[in-house]
Amino acid sequence: MLEIKDLHVSYGQIAALKGISLSVPDHAIVTLIGANGAGKTTLLRTISGLLKSKSGSISLGDSELTKCAPHEIVAKGIAQSPEGRMIFANLTVMENLKMGAFLRKDTDGIATDMEYVFSMFPRLKERHAQQGGTLSGGEQQMLAIGRALMSKPKILLLDEPSLGIAPILVRTIFQKIVEINHNLGMTVLLVEQNAHMALGIASHGYVIETGKIVLEGEASWLAANEEVKKAYLGSV
Amino acid sequence: MRPQLIFALIFAGLIGLSLVTGKIDPYYYTVIIFIGINITMATSLNLINGFTGQFSLGHAGFMGVGAYVSAIASTFLTTHGLGTEVMGGVPVMAIALLVGGLAAALTGLAVGIPSLRLKGDYLAIVTLGFNEIIRVIIQNVDFKIDGISYVGGARGFAVPQLSSFLWVFGIALVAIYFVENLINSTYGRGFLAVRDDEVAAEAMGVHTTRFKVRAFVIGSFFAGIGGGLFAHFIQYITPDNFTFLKSIEIVVMVILGGMGSTYGVILAAILLTIMPEALREFSEYRMIIYSLMLIVLMIARPQGLFGSETFTRFFAKRKAAANKV
Repeated sequence: MLEIKDLHVSYGQIAALKGISLSVPDHAIVTLIGANGAGKTTLLRTISGLLKSKSGSISLGDSELTKCAPHEIVAKGIAQSPEGRMIFANLTVMENLKMGAFLRKDTDGIATDMEYVFSMFPRLKERHAQQGGTLSGGEQQMLAIGRALMSKPKILLLDEPSLGIAPILVRTIFQKIVEINHNLGMTVLLVEQNAHMALGIASHGYVIETGKIVLEGEASWLAANEEVKKAYLGSV
Repeated sequence: MRPQLIFALIFAGLIGLSLVTGKIDPYYYTVIIFIGINITMATSLNLINGFTGQFSLGHAGFMGVGAYVSAIASTFLTTHGLGTEVMGGVPVMAIALLVGGLAAALTGLAVGIPSLRLKGDYLAIVTLGFNEIIRVIIQNVDFKIDGISYVGGARGFAVPQLSSFLWVFGIALVAIYFVENLINSTYGRGFLAVRDDEVAAEAMGVHTTRFKVRAFVIGSFFAGIGGGLFAHFIQYITPDNFTFLKSIEIVVMVILGGMGSTYGVILAAILLTIMPEALREFSEYRMIIYSLMLIVLMIARPQGLFGSETFTRFFAKRKAAANKV
């Protein structure tokens, strides 16, 4: 279980997260929805250790993560597919995936997981020798997710996997997220602007606004909530 | 053919060639030696600038540290019993180069740890400044041991002749082999990841600062050895051999060759060493023509002579192409 308590993060003088508390139970898909600049990416980056928190705690099981370096957090089993995908543009698809397994030493396990990623995203297998930067947006997103999976994490952090890709691909990618959760039992924390899709696959959801959690609850309840509908789902 | 075999063959070829170097005209011989030294310099800088993406403008500084420290070592050893007559000077040269390389690597560590927090232009400025600091320090060092003058400040430092064709190109080959193997290892991919996307690399578990410092230290080590080869070839070094202009010269080789392409960088090192010499007949117009050629080359091949091609990838692609047919 990933547990965040009263987390404060600021960029210089500007407070980005003002006391976030949130928990992600094992094997669940939890989503965090919110508008641009609400602090979603800041939260994920802080969990991964890429940003330092001012106060509060992030714990995974018994270990406290706020004092850990990013590579230690990866080693503890948290992998992130970052916003904007951040593919290694000059490395091939294969090399990108191998980078995901950078801290692993079990060659056999890496090969098995590579096969799994390829079976899930056959497109990546077709393009395994191609440079990451030459892939389309959707393919890069698949690669980013695949790369995160390669570290064999306990918890997968996904930062806006629907950003900038074709609607039909968004559907495919969300299906794959459900698949990963279902088949591998992997815990997923999904950050999204596309609240409709995110609440569709998550069991639990949080709504973040200007650095604070303003609503939380079961995903289906949130999806039906009038406030959420008006703000994030559009009045359908 | 396996890369190891190719390297072994090239080495055998070098030994063969070294037997006839005595017959070459001394002027051409000098140019050939400078090509070898520049290959080592450019290949090692390519690890920092090309593969790891950290723009360093201080490579000549590390070269200077290596040149002076190795010269101090060889001067001391030759005047304390381990002369050039002992096994043809091989032990004294080996020790001198190693000491020079290590000193440069240590300097690289000392400079790298604080400055590699900076990025891009800022790092370039800091390394440039550092290059000048080293030069100024050397300019003001002068001491005597047993009546023999060392370093000599701005006057210059006389160094025993110990470099040879085999030393220079043997070391160049080692540098190429080392960097290529490093970059193509699982571990070495960390350098490329840092270059492509630092945040993503960090998110993958790469300790980015550590990788940058390592690239810096390894690059400096080979730069130091390159300096040692240089000092023991020209036999007289002054701080002016290692100004930032020398650094820029090496950076140009890396950029022209294609950042992160060992192949291209070697070619550029050869080309850029020969070009100013070949243009000598144009006397005062030499540097104008040289600069114009650089501009034209950069416009025609902005990605560098070879783009981001590496030896091993080049062979892998050829193999793949051959398999398809």
